[in-house]
Amino acid sequence: MPAFLLRRFLQSIVVMLTVALIAFGLFRYVGDPINNLVGQDTTLEERDELRERLGLNDAFIVQFGRFVRDVSIGEFGFSYQHRRPVRELVAERLPATLELSLVSALLALLVGAPMGVYTALRRRGFVSRGFMTLSLIGISLPTFLIGILLILFFGVILRWLPTFGRGEVVALGWWTTGFLTASGLKSLVMPSITLALFQMTLIMRLIRAEMLEVLRTDFIKFAHARGLPARSVHFRHALKNTMVPVITITGLQLGSIIAFAIITESVFQWPGMGLLFIQAIGEVDIPVMAAYLVLIAFFFVAINLVVDVLYFVVDPRLRADKATANGQ
Amino acid sequence: MAHLEIRNLRVEFPSRRGRVVAVDDVSLAVEPGDILGVVGESGAGKSTVGNAVIGLLEPPGEMSAGEVHLAGRRIDNLPDSEKRKLRGKRIGMIFQDPLTSLNPLQTIERQLVETIDLHLSTGEAAARRRAVDLLRQVGIPEPGLRVKQYPHQFSGGMRQRVVIALAVCAEPDVIIADEPTTALDVSIQAQILDLMRTLCRERDVAMLIITHDMGVIADITDRVAVMYRGRLVEQGATERILGSPDHAYTRSLVAAVPRPDVKLIRFPLVTYIEDANETPRNIDISRHWLGEARDFGGAAGGPLVSLDSLHMRFVTRRSVFRRNRAYLDAVKDVSFDIGEGEVFGLVGESGSGKSTVARMICGLHVPVAGAIRFAGTDLTALRREADLDPFRRQMQMIFQDPFSSLNPRMRVLDIVAEPIRFHRLAGSRREVERIVSDLLEQVGLGAHAANRYPHEFSGGQRQRISIARALATRPRFLICDEPTSSLDVSIQAQVLNLLKDLQELLGLTMLFISHDLPVIRQMCDRVGVMLAGRLCEVKETEALFENPEHDYTRHLLGLMPRLTGLSRQGLELADRR
Repeated sequence: MPAFLLRRFLQSIVVMLTVALIAFGLFRYVGDPINNLVGQDTTLEERDELRERLGLNDAFIVQFGRFVRDVSIGEFGFSYQHRRPVRELVAERLPATLELSLVSALLALLVGAPMGVYTALRRRGFVSRGFMTLSLIGISLPTFLIGILLILFFGVILRWLPTFGRGEVVALGWWTTGFLTASGLKSLVMPSITLALFQMTLIMRLIRAEMLEVLRTDFIKFAHARGLPARSVHFRHALKNTMVPVITITGLQLGSIIAFAIITESVFQWPGMGLLFIQAIGEVDIPVMAAYLVLIAFFFVAINLVVDVLYFVVDPRLRADKATANGQ
Repeated sequence: MAHLEIRNLRVEFPSRRGRVVAVDDVSLAVEPGDILGVVGESGAGKSTVGNAVIGLLEPPGEMSAGEVHLAGRRIDNLPDSEKRKLRGKRIGMIFQDPLTSLNPLQTIERQLVETIDLHLSTGEAAARRRAVDLLRQVGIPEPGLRVKQYPHQFSGGMRQRVVIALAVCAEPDVIIADEPTTALDVSIQAQILDLMRTLCRERDVAMLIITHDMGVIADITDRVAVMYRGRLVEQGATERILGSPDHAYTRSLVAAVPRPDVKLIRFPLVTYIEDANETPRNIDISRHWLGEARDFGGAAGGPLVSLDSLHMRFVTRRSVFRRNRAYLDAVKDVSFDIGEGEVFGLVGESGSGKSTVARMICGLHVPVAGAIRFAGTDLTALRREADLDPFRRQMQMIFQDPFSSLNPRMRVLDIVAEPIRFHRLAGSRREVERIVSDLLEQVGLGAHAANRYPHEFSGGQRQRISIARALATRPRFLICDEPTSSLDVSIQAQVLNLLKDLQELLGLTMLFISHDLPVIRQMCDRVGVMLAGRLCEVKETEALFENPEHDYTRHLLGLMPRLTGLSRQGLELADRR
């Protein structure tokens, strides 16, 4: 297992370097960085001098090495638009996105998984059919439409929930949280539901399909034949056997929750990374775009690494390479 | 008083087209310490009887009539929660496939402890001690260590022992075993049957064994009940039923069992079974397409296939470093010859390398060392596809599983025609179709099968399609890898007869691979016995069965089910044909 993890870790580094290369390409070759930094009235000599000072005349590989070194300590340069270090901007926005994603992911899992199990066990029940129909809506309606409908209903007509922003936040060091104030929590409700709905239905349908598959297997039949209570058969034996594919998909989906928060953040004017990114595109603020690209890739890679570790926790067949050879 | 008594059981499956009766009017009784066999072919409803007893019929199946009594108490009308408490505690169940009967994600200990604690309320620690104890009783070495392991760390036979331990852990009065040894090798099968017999006698358990295997019935049961299409046709003491059956179906069934003790020219054709009525319309081989180009020339007199020190090695663990790599030598130094027109048998247990040899001959694996000579040409020296094609045309293979060896999306016509078209063996489209329909007639399916899809056929019929496909290249050499292992005994008899007929008709040379010694005896001229990748004995079939030389051959022959008491009536039937 350590060898496997080491291998996956090295692969992750390769992925990150590739993404860094793309980000660097954006940074260095989309437009002239000097042009973006200085005003109209800078002379050619001054430009050349600046170019030399910033190391833009160095060999490609040297520049790329420098970029990787800076990025690895969180240094993404200056935002053209905000005239501030990108690191500060990201640090300001990151908590908002992470809190929103975390709540959505928990919502998707904690509601989606039980619904999946339930619909698999009571396949022909009235409630199951209801869930399945609802899940179709969740899958087929686009996120922004759901967000807008929620705003219309709960924000505009009923006036129960705020329609935009994070509400009041409390600063804990550099981290700002909306969990500690009433308005912060209220503000989280609609965006997190909007973001979670698609993932929730996906997880539900996935678990349902996997459960139906596992419930047909011989060991479930044998467990019933041993007189084990239904609860134990369904949860201890069946559900755990559905976990490997569910963990895979959930891991990937968690990544995309963070990445695709963009749309939800735009609809709810949520001051997170996604909104920052959209604005950066509008202003061709390339350092911010590069930083976003690298960060999202980092989240994906990190989550996938965790997923790989979870495989080992869940499935003993992957753990025991040696023991199998001896056991046969 | 009987431990388990089934009275007039009737099970129905409601469907759109009315109710399908799976089991009708079946009455059985098993005494303590007694083993009752329920025998029948697929679809006879024998498993349904077992499931009905423990109240686990597959929905929408339901018991529509009859009673089940356990030690004098009626149990079929109990509420579900009461029935559940009986399962495992009073009635233990053993299923066919030990590889899938255990939860792969839990240790053996957890599965045992959960069941023991549930039924006997012993508490965690006592249950754990009992689990180790049980493993010792079912013959698992080092039970203290093994109990902490996961199912995948056990071999098939060992897993079946664990399954048995799980079935007996709460001291049930009745054990129902549904095909308990079908998925196991002969030597493992003998051990498991021994274990079951011992448990049954020692614990005074009433045991119901459901199987299609006459060998198992003869080996272990005291009494036997024969089922045919949901009905009980005959029941009585095992020796009586096997020795002098009354019912015509039982007679056919007994006659179709390959006999280990004497070689017959043909299997007695049983008339009581499905798709036996189609008499193949034989074609005149001297004038038909199938008989053309049978003059292959080359190596006159010499062996057709000659294997010379064949060696095959698989990498089981890859690594950059040589010393970390792990290999499996599947075939070691195997040499034998097959003469033109000969049927050569290869016998051995699973993992002995017999299928690997077949796959090397037809080019699916490339041997690490050694030569494969076909009509004098070394196939391992040929590298270009174009050079290999003529030899590929001359050899064809028939696989074990008739369900996965046919493409489900192709019509039978296209399946059989594909090799003809690929090798350009016939001119026009019409000619190809005519040849295909002749081939289908020849294998006893009838030309109308051409426009249907594989899923519309039963296992035996699909195997006939495979045979027709193999014939479609006008082969000289046929490799049959366990061609009848997944078939019922009556269907097996038909398919083997068909193979024998074709072999005679076309003068085919055959490599016949099987783990089933009686089948080998009926089919082969010479036999090679394989053990752990090596060929340990090659002999004329009759000589091998009468005077085995190698210890392992004797061991294998000793494991053959003792079917000596079989009725001879079937044989007379065969002689009269």
